[in-house]
Amino acid sequence: MLKVTALQKIYNGGASAVEAVRDLTFELAEGELVCLVGPSGCGKTTLLKCIAGLMPPTSGTVELAGDSVTAPPPDMAVVFQEYGRSLFAWMSVRANVELPLKEKKLPKERRRELVAQSLEAVGLTAFADSYPWQLSGGMQQRVAIARAVAYEPKVLLMDEPFAAVDAQTRADLEDLIRNIWQRLGVTVLFVTHDIDEAVYLGERVLVLSSSPTVVQDDITVDLPAERDQLTTRQDERFTELRARVYAQIQQAKNSAAPAAAH
Amino acid sequence: MSQPTHTTERPAVQAPAHPPKPRRPMPLAARILLRTAHVLLLPAVLIGLYAYSTATSGSYYTPTPGLIADAFAELWFSERLLVDVIPSLIRLLTGFTIAAVTGVCLGVVLGVSKGVRATLEPVLEFLRAIPPPVLIPLMILLVGIDDSMKILVIVSGCVWPVLLNTVEGVRAVDPVLADTARCYGLRTTTRLRVLVLRSASPQIMAGLRLALALAIILMVISEMFASSSGLGFAIVQFQRTFAIPEMWAGMVLLGLVGFALTAVFGLVEGRVLRWYRGLRAANRGE
Amino acid sequence: MTKTDTTDAGPPPGAPAPRGRTRSGLGRALLGAAGIAAFLTLWEAVPRLGLVSDRYLPPATEVLGVLAQRATTPGFWAAVGDTLHGWALGLAIAFAAAVVLGFTLGALPRVRAFTTSTVDFLRPIPSVALIPLAVLLYGTDIRSTLLLVVYACFWLIYIQVLYGVADVDPVAEQTARSYGLGRLARIRYVVWPTTLPYLMTGLRLAAAVALILSITAQLIIGTPGIGQEIAIAQSSNAVAYVYALIVATGILGVLINMGVRVLERRVLRWHTSVRGEATA
Repeated sequence: MLKVTALQKIYNGGASAVEAVRDLTFELAEGELVCLVGPSGCGKTTLLKCIAGLMPPTSGTVELAGDSVTAPPPDMAVVFQEYGRSLFAWMSVRANVELPLKEKKLPKERRRELVAQSLEAVGLTAFADSYPWQLSGGMQQRVAIARAVAYEPKVLLMDEPFAAVDAQTRADLEDLIRNIWQRLGVTVLFVTHDIDEAVYLGERVLVLSSSPTVVQDDITVDLPAERDQLTTRQDERFTELRARVYAQIQQAKNSAAPAAAH
Repeated sequence: MSQPTHTTERPAVQAPAHPPKPRRPMPLAARILLRTAHVLLLPAVLIGLYAYSTATSGSYYTPTPGLIADAFAELWFSERLLVDVIPSLIRLLTGFTIAAVTGVCLGVVLGVSKGVRATLEPVLEFLRAIPPPVLIPLMILLVGIDDSMKILVIVSGCVWPVLLNTVEGVRAVDPVLADTARCYGLRTTTRLRVLVLRSASPQIMAGLRLALALAIILMVISEMFASSSGLGFAIVQFQRTFAIPEMWAGMVLLGLVGFALTAVFGLVEGRVLRWYRGLRAANRGE
Repeated sequence: MTKTDTTDAGPPPGAPAPRGRTRSGLGRALLGAAGIAAFLTLWEAVPRLGLVSDRYLPPATEVLGVLAQRATTPGFWAAVGDTLHGWALGLAIAFAAAVVLGFTLGALPRVRAFTTSTVDFLRPIPSVALIPLAVLLYGTDIRSTLLLVVYACFWLIYIQVLYGVADVDPVAEQTARSYGLGRLARIRYVVWPTTLPYLMTGLRLAAAVALILSITAQLIIGTPGIGQEIAIAQSSNAVAYVYALIVATGILGVLINMGVRVLERRVLRWHTSVRGEATA
């Protein structure tokens, strides 16, 4: 479904070129939920922007359903970390969700249906006519998720979407994402720096190395499909996986240290 | 264009008046009385003082409020309103509108294109630094003293604050929001309408507010400098013929015009920027 | 500055900033110089090619020549001096009055409540409405200029001071109180630093407006200065000199804008909005 091949990104500053991403190759099957986790500053955002078609890679390719991605593809939706900045503050919640559908030229009834469904799915039906800034941070991120869901993408990219919300809201939102993913069968690439979150959410976890970034490990999460905050997190297997990802990230950090020293 | 001539980083509304927090709740009647006193007391005192001083000292240049009111009623509730005031206002609004549209359009172009901006920046810095009133003698040389001169003066003076603020606003469009718009496949026209113009609207409105104040000034002085009609012309004529109460009546009308135009603008701005005030208040409350 | 969220997101690590920065310095200066050159060339070419008669638009070289030649005469500099005198004095009076009144009334909200209606009425009155009164009272004396400049600039600064005082972070204020800071100490360490950026904004706007009104007074009333020179040059049909004087006022305006910006940067070096602007 989504295929990233030998992706490299160098920020060109003449003498001070920065290689943010060195050589990334991985693939997401259709309907998979994959978490990307890595040490901070490992180029996760850069990678995501390349995949979303917002930024051209220096070399390598991104393919979505066989087509090369050079501009934001129509079958892809992105949820950004900065929920407050990714919503149109001058539009109601409903208008925010509906805007991309209008651009797709969907008929009015279909739009209304999709907006209602997606707001229902994130539990914001009662707030359709509010403005985003009248809502709490977690609710704003729900609006962004509803907008992505209503867009009916084949692939959903999420860039640390819960990094800026409080812990309880975060647990709710994690379950929301699992729920939506299971119901819609959409392919999800979820970027995070939180190891627990990666293991809890993902069917697979890709561990990235420090910058310049490569895929350091590819771990299949063999936890049951039905997960919940209490039992899953106490599951022995969860702890093992968590420990493995943690060890990988520590290794990634340490191996990067000498490189950063000079 | 490193520094805009705008004030959007500061709230453009009158800062909320902190109601005095009484230690024990005040009865409703007392509150209404206090509120009325807030609004009316100082103006009443000032007008009273003026009336008293004019009545006692009786300077020729400062007629009593009664004389001014008489002159005001006589002058402006007559066809002079149609001859002098309405054409002035039409010129003002024409010039302001042209300046606003031109400024916003050019501002968007400059704000979007880095290269164009870098090329034109020093020239624009210079042009906007020219005090607009000096353009009046120039425009008289170029187009004479008719209506188009006055409109041209207003346009060439008012376009800068709008232009520069629009550039600033367009540049400040949030990159995350711009990425969002691209991801969801918003077309250029939609992006311009929904993203760029709306998110730049606080700065644009601040520019328009400055432009409006400037437009009033330029309207008046272009009529004072060279004209045979208009409010500015009338006031100067009264002054030259020592028709002092009439001159004051003209000044009062001019003050009222300024007040009314600013008030109308405030209403429009309040509507256009309702979301912005809410957003600010929300960010502040957290 | 206008919509920073509470989440401190910042630019993504390694965003294309380095690229922009290395190119910006020299590249922007070159582009800017090219822009000026193109502007002057156009100005030179249009009358030379006869697109516009040089009676209306003398070529750039002629105008700049006249300006250079006049700049050697004492009369020109006297006019510049008069203009700057009215500008500086008016601005200083307005600034002092606005700061004193702004801080006093800002600290006394109950008293301020009585002034709001009057301020809201007086503030939008265009200061040029005072021109006839100024003529009658002061004639072509510098006091005429001062009346207009002070009236216009006072409100600009005063309102900014009030915004600033109202913007004081209640948490900071409460913190200061809980550490037992007295009223004066709170003004010094809490109110003043909060208000300073607002005050500088007011000063920046007022500096430009003061120049406009200083020149307006000279143009309309005939108080001595560049404005009066322009009026004389126009009535004697000295077209090139009118242009030269306009260029001179533009240069004056640019210098004033730059000066205020430098001042603002220095005064607010610690303040984020300036830091942000400097790197943008």
